[in-house]
Amino acid sequence: MDWEALRLSLELALWTCLLLLPAGTLLARALRSLRPGPRRLIGALVALPLVLPPTVLGYYLLVLMGRASPLGGLYEKLTGGSLVFSFEGLVAASLVFNLPFAVQPLERAFAAIPRNLREAAAVSGLSPVAIFFRIELPLAWPGVLAAFALVFAHTLGEFGVVLMVGGAIPGETRTIAIAIYDRVQALDEAAAGIMSASLLAISFATIALVYLFEPGRRRDG
Amino acid sequence: MADVTALEVELVQDGPIPLAARFACRTGELLALVGPSGSGKTTILRAVAGLYRPRHALVRCHGEVWTDSARGVHLPPQRRRAGLVFQDYALFPHLSAQGNVETALGHLPRPERPGRARELLRRVHLEGLEARRPHALSGGQKQRVALARALAREPRVLLLDEPFSAVDQVTRRRLQRQLVLLRQRLPVPTILVTHDLEEAARLADRICVLHHGRTLQTGPPSEILNRPISAQVARLVDLGNIFEGEVAGHRPEAGHTLLRWHGHLLEARLRREIAVGSRVAWVIPPGFVVMHRRDRPSRGERENPVRGRIEELVAFGETTNVTMLVDGAPAPTLHFTVSTHAARRNRLAPGVEVRVSLLAEGIHLMP
Repeated sequence: MDWEALRLSLELALWTCLLLLPAGTLLARALRSLRPGPRRLIGALVALPLVLPPTVLGYYLLVLMGRASPLGGLYEKLTGGSLVFSFEGLVAASLVFNLPFAVQPLERAFAAIPRNLREAAAVSGLSPVAIFFRIELPLAWPGVLAAFALVFAHTLGEFGVVLMVGGAIPGETRTIAIAIYDRVQALDEAAAGIMSASLLAISFATIALVYLFEPGRRRDG
Repeated sequence: MADVTALEVELVQDGPIPLAARFACRTGELLALVGPSGSGKTTILRAVAGLYRPRHALVRCHGEVWTDSARGVHLPPQRRRAGLVFQDYALFPHLSAQGNVETALGHLPRPERPGRARELLRRVHLEGLEARRPHALSGGQKQRVALARALAREPRVLLLDEPFSAVDQVTRRRLQRQLVLLRQRLPVPTILVTHDLEEAARLADRICVLHHGRTLQTGPPSEILNRPISAQVARLVDLGNIFEGEVAGHRPEAGHTLLRWHGHLLEARLRREIAVGSRVAWVIPPGFVVMHRRDRPSRGERENPVRGRIEELVAFGETTNVTMLVDGAPAPTLHFTVSTHAARRNRLAPGVEVRVSLLAEGIHLMP
C-alpha cells in the first residue's frame, strides 16, 4: 500500500473541492441569470472535459501551463516554481477537468429553485446578495453536496490528465491511481489489489452521500 | 386629506403581455382586479411590486414615484415596501414560519425582529406554530404565514394574488373574514386579484374588470353588476340576460327610454343621449325580472309584461334558477330566480306558460 500516494490523492481532492466549489457555485448561479443562448454556449464549454480524451485535455493543459506559455511564465515569475510536474500544477489541472462535475449539479440545483421564491425574497426587502446567501444557497445545498462528492471521487480516480500534467513524481504528483498502474506494471498484484479496493471503498462512500441527500428525498416541499 | 389617492397605476404595452390598465386605489380601500385567467391580473400586481417592467408604466404610491418609464424610474422591489401575497404563497421551504416572517423585517434592528415576527403571527392566529416549516402547515396556515410576511414589511400597499384559491371552502370563508377584520386596522390600499366575481363583490369596495390586460370598467360592485358599460363587461361578470334591441324613443316626462325588442316595446331607464333608432345592447340583472303569480294578478304587471314558456328549472337549495323562452321569433331566453318555495306554489315546470315583468329601472342600455 502506497500511503504517500493515497495522502497525495486525498490532498489533491480536498484542495480541488476547496477551490472549485465556491467558484463553481458562483459560475453556476451566474449561468442561471444568463439568457438561454449564452447559457447553453458556456454550458457546452464547461461540459467539454466530459467528452475530451484525458490525453487531449492533458496535452492542452501542458501547453497552457508550460514555461513557454504566458500562464506558466507568470507563475514562474511569481513563485519561482513550475506549474507542470508539480502539485500546484496538478491542482490547476484538476480544477479544469472537474469543472463539469462541480458546475452541472450546482446549476441543476439553482434551476430547481422556483422563481417566485427569489421574487418573494426581493419583495421582502432582501438584497440580491442576501437572497443568494439566505435563500438560494440553503436551497441549493443538495447540489453543493453532490458537486463535492462528484469532484472528490473523480479527482481520486483521474489518471490520464494527472499522468500527462504531473508525471509520476513520488510525493509530488504520483497519485493513487498512478501508483496502482505502476504496481500492475511491476506485477505487484497484491499491492494493486489493496489500493484498488481502498479507492473503490472511498469512491463508493462519497457517491453514496449524494444519493442519501438527493433533493427528492427532502421533505421540505 | 382623508380621500387622498394612495396608489395610482398606469401600465401600457402591446406585447408580449398586452396591457392597457389604469386604476387608482385609496388608503384603506380594497380594489379587486377581476377577469378570466390570462387577463393580466397577476402581471399587473407584479408590475406594482416591481417584479415586472412594462414598456410604459407609471406607479405612484403615496406620492412617491415607484415606476415612471417616461423618466426612466424603476425602483427595485426592495425599495417599494409592497406587501405581496403570492398565489402559491412562495414561502421559503427551509425556514420556519417565524423565519419566513423575520426575513421581511430587515428594516428593524436585529434584536427586535423575533418579537415582532411572533406578534405578526399572533395577529394572523398562528401562535404556537412559529417553529413549523411550510411543509408541516395546512394550506390556510401557509396563506396566513404569507400574509404575516407581507405585513411584516409595514407595506404601503398590500397586494393579494388569488389568496383564497388554494384552500377549501370552509377555510376560504374563515380567511376572508380575517381579511375583512384585518383591513379595518390597515391604513393602506389593498389590491386583490381574483377570478371569482362573488368573492370580489363580497370583499371589495370597488371592482376593476380586466380583459386581455385592459381595464374595462372600475366601480362599486353594485354598479358593475347592474350597470356594466358594455356587453363585454356584462359577459365577463357573467350577467345572463344580455340582449340587443333598438331605441324607439324617449319619454323624459315619464323618465323612460323606449326599447324595441323582439316585438315587445319595453320601457327602460331614461338614456336621452342615445339616438333614436340606434341598435343597443342591453342587460337586465336577474333581480329585476319579477314573475307574476299565476293564481291572481298583482301590482307591477303593467310594467313591461313579457310572456313565455319555462324551458328549464334548476333548484339550488332555497332559490330556483328559471330559464324562460320568451314568445317571439327567434325566441330569446331570459334567466331569473325565484324562491324554491314560490316555484312550487306556482307549480312551475318545463313547458308551463309564465308571465314576467322586466322592471324598467333594471333595464340598462349599453350603446
